[in-house]
Amino acid sequence: MKYCNVTIDGVKINVPDDMMILDAAKQAGIIVPTLCHLKGISATGACRVCIVETGGGKVQTACSFPVAEGMMVKTNTPKIREMRKTILEMIIANHNAECTTCVRSQSCELQSLAMIYGIEDSHFKKKFNQEPVDMSSATIVRDQSKCILCGRCVSVCNGVQNIGALGFIGRSIDMHVGLAYEHQLSESTCINCGQCIVNCPVGALKERDYLSEVQLALDDPTFTVVVQTAPAVRAALGEVFGLPMGTPVTGKMVASLKRLGFDYVFDTDFAADVCIMEEGTELLNRIRAGAHLPMITSCSPGWVKYAETFYPELLPHMSSCKSPQNMMGALLKSHFAEIKGIDPAKMIVVSVMPCTAKKFEVERQELEVDGIRDVDFSITTRELGRLIKKAGIDFKYLNDEKFDDFYGDSTGAAVIFGATGGVMEAALRTVADIINGNDLKEIEYTVVRGIQGVKEAKVQVTPDFTAKIAVAHGGKNMHFVMDKLAKGELSDYHFIELMACPGGCVNGGGQPIVDAKAKMHIDLRVERAKALYHEDSNILHYRKSHHNPSVMKLYETYLDAPNSHKAHHLLHTSYQRRD
Amino acid sequence: MKFITANFDQYDGKDIQAYIGLDGFSGLKKAIEMGPLATIEEVKESGLQGRGGAEYPTGRKIEQARIEKAERKFVICNADEGEPGTFKDRELIKKDIYQLIEGMIIVAYCANANEGVIYCREEYDWMHEHICTSILKCKEMGYLGDNILDTGFSFEISLFSGAGSYVCGEGFAMCESMEGKSGRPRSKPPYVKQEGYLNYPTLVINVETLSAITAIMKFGTSNFTDLGTPDCPGTKVISISGKVNKPGVYEVPFGKTLEEIIALAEGVKGDKRIGFVQIGGASGGILPESALKTQFTYRELKSKQVSVGSGAIVVADEDDNILDYLENVGQFFIHESCGKCVPCREGNRQLEILLGKFKHKTATIDDVKMYKDILDMMSEASLCGSGRTEPVPFKTAFTYFEDAFALGGSHEIL
Repeated sequence: MKYCNVTIDGVKINVPDDMMILDAAKQAGIIVPTLCHLKGISATGACRVCIVETGGGKVQTACSFPVAEGMMVKTNTPKIREMRKTILEMIIANHNAECTTCVRSQSCELQSLAMIYGIEDSHFKKKFNQEPVDMSSATIVRDQSKCILCGRCVSVCNGVQNIGALGFIGRSIDMHVGLAYEHQLSESTCINCGQCIVNCPVGALKERDYLSEVQLALDDPTFTVVVQTAPAVRAALGEVFGLPMGTPVTGKMVASLKRLGFDYVFDTDFAADVCIMEEGTELLNRIRAGAHLPMITSCSPGWVKYAETFYPELLPHMSSCKSPQNMMGALLKSHFAEIKGIDPAKMIVVSVMPCTAKKFEVERQELEVDGIRDVDFSITTRELGRLIKKAGIDFKYLNDEKFDDFYGDSTGAAVIFGATGGVMEAALRTVADIINGNDLKEIEYTVVRGIQGVKEAKVQVTPDFTAKIAVAHGGKNMHFVMDKLAKGELSDYHFIELMACPGGCVNGGGQPIVDAKAKMHIDLRVERAKALYHEDSNILHYRKSHHNPSVMKLYETYLDAPNSHKAHHLLHTSYQRRD
Repeated sequence: MKFITANFDQYDGKDIQAYIGLDGFSGLKKAIEMGPLATIEEVKESGLQGRGGAEYPTGRKIEQARIEKAERKFVICNADEGEPGTFKDRELIKKDIYQLIEGMIIVAYCANANEGVIYCREEYDWMHEHICTSILKCKEMGYLGDNILDTGFSFEISLFSGAGSYVCGEGFAMCESMEGKSGRPRSKPPYVKQEGYLNYPTLVINVETLSAITAIMKFGTSNFTDLGTPDCPGTKVISISGKVNKPGVYEVPFGKTLEEIIALAEGVKGDKRIGFVQIGGASGGILPESALKTQFTYRELKSKQVSVGSGAIVVADEDDNILDYLENVGQFFIHESCGKCVPCREGNRQLEILLGKFKHKTATIDDVKMYKDILDMMSEASLCGSGRTEPVPFKTAFTYFEDAFALGGSHEIL
């Protein structure tokens, strides 16, 4: 790699010659403002906020223009400041700036730039998109009046997720982000992953909020309201309250849920352990029968819709297991309701998920058991944060509390479900024990950990059996794997884990917003996952799903055995073509 | 004056034998004889600059294309002539397409490119068949295809029709459009010459520039440079329209005054005086009648904040209102901006509002500041060349017609 000498605002630095000015400026201790830029994802140069002077009065965008030997960059001249201000004022004139009532207030990148540049009011005439808000989807709400056309959602939906649901339509002042044929979101190929939301700099994209419904349930004494929380939530909820990324807040989260008035606070991890029992058994059966291999996980509802939409012919490869969220709901409304003597119709199950697609999943009719929905409302980590704040709970200062008994019991295998490779590792821990008939000590399958897009490995389970596995996360990587599967190149594989969001659930579409600037320097997929692996190796007593005593008891007393008739009735499902 | 348009009306524009009879393909043969490097030097020597409006030195452009190494390399003839008031490429295609094709072959030979595309504007669909037929005839005669004139060099040309967007005349937007995407410019670098169409090195070159290359090779560089002025040699094909008696395409040597050029169109309709002229297309500068003694050269026009551009001259008479005219130009940009970058998309939108205020004499000092801020910001911070030049008519009008920009409520002039 060649290096070059560059001077930025008088600071001399030596950087690789393919580095963009934006990154070089950071090394010189200078933050150049950006809006449309997303590290590694989008450098379209559309917003022009990052303009700098590159010598001879030439103006270039720092995000897309590389440094060169001897370059003299100025980022803070009167001319640049004036132009940036004009650009920002124009963007604001094109933006429905209803900041006081906007869900993204205080996490809005446009708002913070407006403050930095001292823009009290846009001098320009307000003209923004008047299209009605698209409320058609159960998961994502699209408000074009706030869209600043930066294209980050388009870049993510196309380049990272490989879905291509969102795109630019029309030109000039009619240009807008839309779905093919101007369809509504619910009619599109959108897989509900919500990556567009967590990458939107403003409030043009947000989750469908179910807080008022949840609050109504909590306020109604005739309902038993049960809450379950997914593993990745505890790895990120602290960020909403200003705690450093990667701080595990399981105890505080449980304490706040109890204060909010949930009658029972349970852990989706319990169902993740059940899921491993069911999925592991299903896998062993398929291996014995030699049918529909490789088997593919079905925990990620974004992935499930992706498969139904883009690879319907490969649906037989899907595990028939419901996701942990829905397994939990089904068990709560059957077994738990039965032992507590609660009428399932009088029970409300709320799930807190790092995910927007879970909102779509809970509405799937094929998941219902005898006409009863498994989960009534699925809310995101962000929504829970708002619920806690609204209730005046001082989250940071709460003492840790524990999940309620039985359905709050979990293992390290379950908690790592939240990171890419986690389901695979959890399954391997159990399947290897079952096949070998003993309690193996080597349980950390680091080969499936980490944020490499596609991880493939051969794991020797017994001297005679080596499992061929693959793990992928994010649409583009899922596409890569599924394309190979479709071509018959993975026919000797046994098990594949696919997660719709890059990094897995820790980086789900329902997680707290991290602005693009912060994402330039930290990889939140890595940081948040650390909290989960910490719980697995340091906090939780049991680290294998089949060691969860409550799960074992559930099978003894209620379900009989994994994949039993009853287990199938409650915990398994089917899929539909959506092509 | 006929150099680039020498063949106009000498044949029907269709008969390839007639073209050959007019010494057609002698330029190509000369280029082959001289070899690519000497030919490039010849084009450099001629001082030819891009005639589509970007004014980039053509010889250097071909040389840079030659240096690029890749599996595939493209020469695209930019026939997306969408600049308002510009219709000279239409005439060059209609009346002498073989000269254009010959130019493409010469350029491809020099740049070592094997694939050519004529990107023709959608509105010229009535010429599409003519273009295709002419390409096929060249192929039949061995000027296109494998081993052209026993050189071992192979070159094919196809036709691509745009879909009607003005900005597709910009190199990257054109590549996007050909790739089946919306025509929106990409960020530079990399440049079109490095990673253009399908991410291969691509040389985008205007119809007139290609035609001029053929003529230069045929008639000799010195015959070209003898025309025009020492610092601005050669000729330019100009489209004159507006309130003139004989609008049309005229080839003129550089150095003529604007007045002399407009006189070719036989003066202003109805014996009126000239109010103002716009030079170089929609994003060209606007000059008052008093500036018509200006010589038509790159340098002289630049001294008046104007450029040669596509060579369009639109003439307005004394009764035409400059603000009405600007409003019209602004509406064109609002219609044609691709929408990708903020300065061009939002800038034009806000300019229209401000022009309305000037027109209705309700503008304030703040509005004048905003008008100037927008124009400065657009010309420096827009993503592509289109956005960066759109402010020119608004800026020049503000310079030369300050009375029209009077503030509301008073006769104070800024």
